[in-house]
Amino acid sequence: MMEQHKAKNTEEILGMANNLKWELGMGIHDKIVSSLYADAAQIARKTVSMDGDQPAFSLDRKIDRIVTSRWTGFPIMFVLLAVVFWVTISGANYPSGLLASLLVDTLHPILKSGADSFMPWWLSGILIDGAYLAMAWVISVMLPPMAIFFPLFTLLEDLGYLPRVAFNMDSLFRKTGAHGKQALTMSMGFGCNAAGVIAARVIDSPRERLIAIITNNFSLCNGRWPTQILIATIFIGGMVSPFWAGLVSTAAVVGVAVLGIAFSLIVSWGLSRSVLKGEASTFSLELPPYRPPRVLQTLYTSLIDRTLFVLWRAVVFAVPAGMVIWLVSNIHIGGLSLAEHFIDWSNPFGLVFGLNGVILLAYIIAIPANEIVIPTILMLTVLVTGMSGVGEGSGVMFELDSLASTENILRAGGWTLLTGINLMLFSLLHNPCSTTIYTIYKETKSAKWTLIATLLPIVLGFMVCFFTAQLWYLFA
Amino acid sequence: MSSQPNCENCPVHHKGNLVRLGIDMDKVDYIVALAGNPNTGKSTVFNNLTGLRQHTGNWPGKTVGRAEGAFSYEDDNYKIVDLPGTYSLLSTSTDEEVARNFILFGRPDVTVIVADATRLERNLNLVLQILEITDRAILCLNLMDEAKRNHVEIDVRELTRELGIPVIPTSARRRDGMDELVAMIAEVASGKYICKPHRVRNHTPQLKYAIDTLSKKLRETYPGLPNAEWVALRLLEGDQSIIEALQNGILDGLVENETPMAI
Repeated sequence: MMEQHKAKNTEEILGMANNLKWELGMGIHDKIVSSLYADAAQIARKTVSMDGDQPAFSLDRKIDRIVTSRWTGFPIMFVLLAVVFWVTISGANYPSGLLASLLVDTLHPILKSGADSFMPWWLSGILIDGAYLAMAWVISVMLPPMAIFFPLFTLLEDLGYLPRVAFNMDSLFRKTGAHGKQALTMSMGFGCNAAGVIAARVIDSPRERLIAIITNNFSLCNGRWPTQILIATIFIGGMVSPFWAGLVSTAAVVGVAVLGIAFSLIVSWGLSRSVLKGEASTFSLELPPYRPPRVLQTLYTSLIDRTLFVLWRAVVFAVPAGMVIWLVSNIHIGGLSLAEHFIDWSNPFGLVFGLNGVILLAYIIAIPANEIVIPTILMLTVLVTGMSGVGEGSGVMFELDSLASTENILRAGGWTLLTGINLMLFSLLHNPCSTTIYTIYKETKSAKWTLIATLLPIVLGFMVCFFTAQLWYLFA
Repeated sequence: MSSQPNCENCPVHHKGNLVRLGIDMDKVDYIVALAGNPNTGKSTVFNNLTGLRQHTGNWPGKTVGRAEGAFSYEDDNYKIVDLPGTYSLLSTSTDEEVARNFILFGRPDVTVIVADATRLERNLNLVLQILEITDRAILCLNLMDEAKRNHVEIDVRELTRELGIPVIPTSARRRDGMDELVAMIAEVASGKYICKPHRVRNHTPQLKYAIDTLSKKLRETYPGLPNAEWVALRLLEGDQSIIEALQNGILDGLVENETPMAI
């Protein structure tokens, strides 16, 4: 009875609202908003006073005019990106070597002889030569660049530069039919693709959000920066005189990152013209004031939240992967290890794409985490070429005293400049890591779109590598 | 005469009264909502109060969905909800709906509106919209350090008078004003401080008539509805989610539930 009464009244209220709405005519929304704004303006007039003749934020506006200008915006973006990588590349070398000599040269033999005294050979092999060495490698290769890269990146973020990047990119993204905010999620993807996929929640339209999620993988994530940096240093930097090496390899990494942005745009364009048709919706992007970064706090949070977080994830994945590596290279069938069987079988296939069997196997083992690809590749290369004097026997990941010795190993394994270039391309264009795939599924709740987001980049990767390789074979 | 006794009586004096509880949300006495424009430092205030380390960054739209944390102050436990930053509560994007629905249906005991002191006028647009919905609010006038650097001066006392709610100037990045903010949250939550929030009065006579007629009818049906004028305004605008709320009785629950809805 009571409920019915309420329901009747509700209908009355709604009817009344409808009638009043008609009487008020069009544009109520505008009227409401303008009376709101009038009140706000009145209060602000009474309470806010500006001092002096200098308008507020005049410096900010001057800076913005330069960093978001049609002419200087993009060059400044590339230069800043390049400076960050250059500092990372040139600063990470020495501490990496130091860590490796501590964890691998010094600690590994001690642990190994300790374990051998009471364990069967296969158990100490799996645990020490597999799990421990993979972990040691990941720490020494990844910790120094991350400890340099993340604070620099966080400083730029804290300063307020990232929204300017988004501002510069916005019109490009809109032209492709995607949402301008995708520029923000793309920037997040440079840190971590899983984070970028989650950040796509800021986009309201499901169509544009899916585009942002699918293309986020084209942002080179921090798991792939070390691979890019190492390969660029060895192969691209190795082609020129030592004086230019740092600059040239920096340029190569920036080039790959920019290529990723280009793919992001092209694929967004393709998607919004095919399976995800539609118009771009508008939004307003506020450029926040520049804020002097809090250096100490930035150092702390970027070391704790980002560096150690990412490192921990890498270690968690590296330990089981290390065991798998040891097993596939120590289980023999017909005189050859499992790894060698696979590499021999897949080598011709890899060569078509300018890659090789070692890279393919390394990617399969490293699917859980992109970070450990390079250690895996080096270890497998040693195994296959059977180089003596480096490494510690089959399945043992090793430390390399210098980049030169890494280069020797790779060259002995039949690597060329093409292999290096294509590895960089393939590292940019392949399936997302397992965490990102899982995140995509959680965000989209759709197996179909997860599958598309997973397969699209890897198909693209093989296509791009194939064309690069064919061009190379044609002209080289 | 020393001024010590007075200082000791002031709740702000007892810094030790604030206990950051992180995500431990047992036995919540009061619910605090944190609202405001994007990039005004809501997450920084949130972290200061809860001791959590929600990632903060100098870019708008960083907080998606909502984050929750807790703190304890003078024997009361507070749950604090960090809402996504929005410019208004009028349109219907997801972020705005999350923020609006929480302030309306979540019935927080206090809504702390974080505003950018350097862009007060634009921030006030949202402040006034929130004050239409709730009458227990505090304005946290953040980024005062930046305002000072940019020669922007704000008459805090006049602003308090105009808005009818407490205004606390802060610089959350340096933790300035946080103690005052916590003390004020406690006062408003416990009902010691009664807010008399500013309501928009600049409406045209026709609109005013329509609002009055409709809100009178609303009050008849739902006696004790705290924001009848606002609901009337939304109905006049044809806000679909409010119409639905009315039809399926959510608005009903708003009136009868004296205690905050469990979230």
